[in-house]
Amino acid sequence: MAGAHRKSLTLVSTSPAETRRLGVWVGRHLRPGDAVCLMGEMGTGKTLFARGIAEGLGVPGGRGVRSPTFTLVHEYTGRHPIYHLDLYRLQGEEELEGIGWEEMLYGEGVTVIEAAEKMEQQLPEERLDVVLAREGVRVRRLMLVGYGRRFQTLVRTLAARRRR
Amino acid sequence: MADLILGIETSCDETAAAVVEGREKIRSNIVASQAALHAPYGGIVPELASRRHLEMIGPVTRLAVQEAGITFDDLTGLAVTVGPGLVGSLLVGVSTAKALAYTLGKPLVAVNHIEGHLHAGLLDHPHLECPYVALVASGGHTHLYHAETPGKYRLLGCTRDDAAGEAFDKVAKILGLSYPGGPHIEQVAKTGDPRAVPLPRPTLGHGSLDFSFSGLKTAVIHYLEEKGFREPRRRGATRTKTPDPQLVPLDPPLVADIAASFQQAVVDVLTRNAIKAAKHVRAPRILLTGGVACNQSLRQQLATRAIRDEIEVYWPRPTLCTDNAAMIAAAGSARLGRGEAASLDLNAAADLPLC
Repeated sequence: MAGAHRKSLTLVSTSPAETRRLGVWVGRHLRPGDAVCLMGEMGTGKTLFARGIAEGLGVPGGRGVRSPTFTLVHEYTGRHPIYHLDLYRLQGEEELEGIGWEEMLYGEGVTVIEAAEKMEQQLPEERLDVVLAREGVRVRRLMLVGYGRRFQTLVRTLAARRRR
Repeated sequence: MADLILGIETSCDETAAAVVEGREKIRSNIVASQAALHAPYGGIVPELASRRHLEMIGPVTRLAVQEAGITFDDLTGLAVTVGPGLVGSLLVGVSTAKALAYTLGKPLVAVNHIEGHLHAGLLDHPHLECPYVALVASGGHTHLYHAETPGKYRLLGCTRDDAAGEAFDKVAKILGLSYPGGPHIEQVAKTGDPRAVPLPRPTLGHGSLDFSFSGLKTAVIHYLEEKGFREPRRRGATRTKTPDPQLVPLDPPLVADIAASFQQAVVDVLTRNAIKAAKHVRAPRILLTGGVACNQSLRQQLATRAIRDEIEVYWPRPTLCTDNAAMIAAAGSARLGRGEAASLDLNAAADLPLC
């Protein structure tokens, strides 16, 4: 992906609650057809961030948002349908077809993908990446990367908001 | 002769078919072996593609009927898992069952996978009477139900993040143990000290019967970092393609202590909530089912603690705890007995709740 088409922002979250609030902010700005890719090791807060996104999309308290590592796909009903995926257990690109990948990504809902780095080649060109890394027991560093004009703008908006 | 029901289960990784006679007699129970299939990949690969179910469903179904010593014409009806699970995988079973029901002219019954797990308990304990509390704990589910009357359930609590079996898998991975994590952690834990590592037993608010297992795996990671076995991530190394950092090789005694402490934490939480649930709804019995119900330590602790409150604990044999089609046939048989047949426009439902 060419650097000119991306915009990134790094920030530090000092608690699980803050990580979740960032997810809520992102969720509020999402529209049908959008994709958010969550990357990072186990225990960095990917599912927590996804719960925030669902809350931002109108699922009260992000209720019902659980890890899809085993089940692969969960669907929630917010303002738009939310597809919550985890690619952690997938072995090959052909398995994406089995979980209904294209139908979700190019459908009427918002797609949130955990362990998205497993299928980097298959990710949509326009998307928001959120890379989570562990800095301490409760502290996480988050890098948000917007690909495509809309998500670059989203990242710029968040950056401006953080500066205030 | 009693009813002969063919059950079909394809909700997740296993392709399974079974014939059950009446409510409790298992005539055949076929689960396509994934172990041999996965061996070339290092034993970790869960079979996810619905394509694999497609390849297996014909042979597995035929074998179930053949091993039962009957023909398709002898069947009374067909029961199939309609959810929850992966839509692509579920559809293979649902389409097969519909096609068979149509061509054979036999009734079709839709079964919820979780109701299947409850019937696994009834297959081994036919006299288990309602009301009881069921703890369904597996790789995909951690739910507490109140079975008030046959076929009528009420959800009392469930996990808010990771399922119990999933927590076992993830911690096994952190410790460098193989998949599936449950049996490997249990084995290693036998030589460990369950009090060696302080791990949380989260409660989720007063009166809540929900579970949270996500913090346990984070606590294990933190413990390893503190002990210097796992390097905190370096600054600037944000983008990574390897999902987990290289571990410093862990001592077997340390692995055993962590495994034992982790297992104890999960067992404590499951036991605590199951007993709390049974007391809350005044149910004199608890049914423990799902893959995690294979765990000996969980069975023993739950049974010993429950007895103090005069609560009996039941669990099915291990082959009925993990995913299988006999439990689907048994649940289907009960539904058919209540006249709850499905129509041929039946569809799979990925997020189907039990109640």
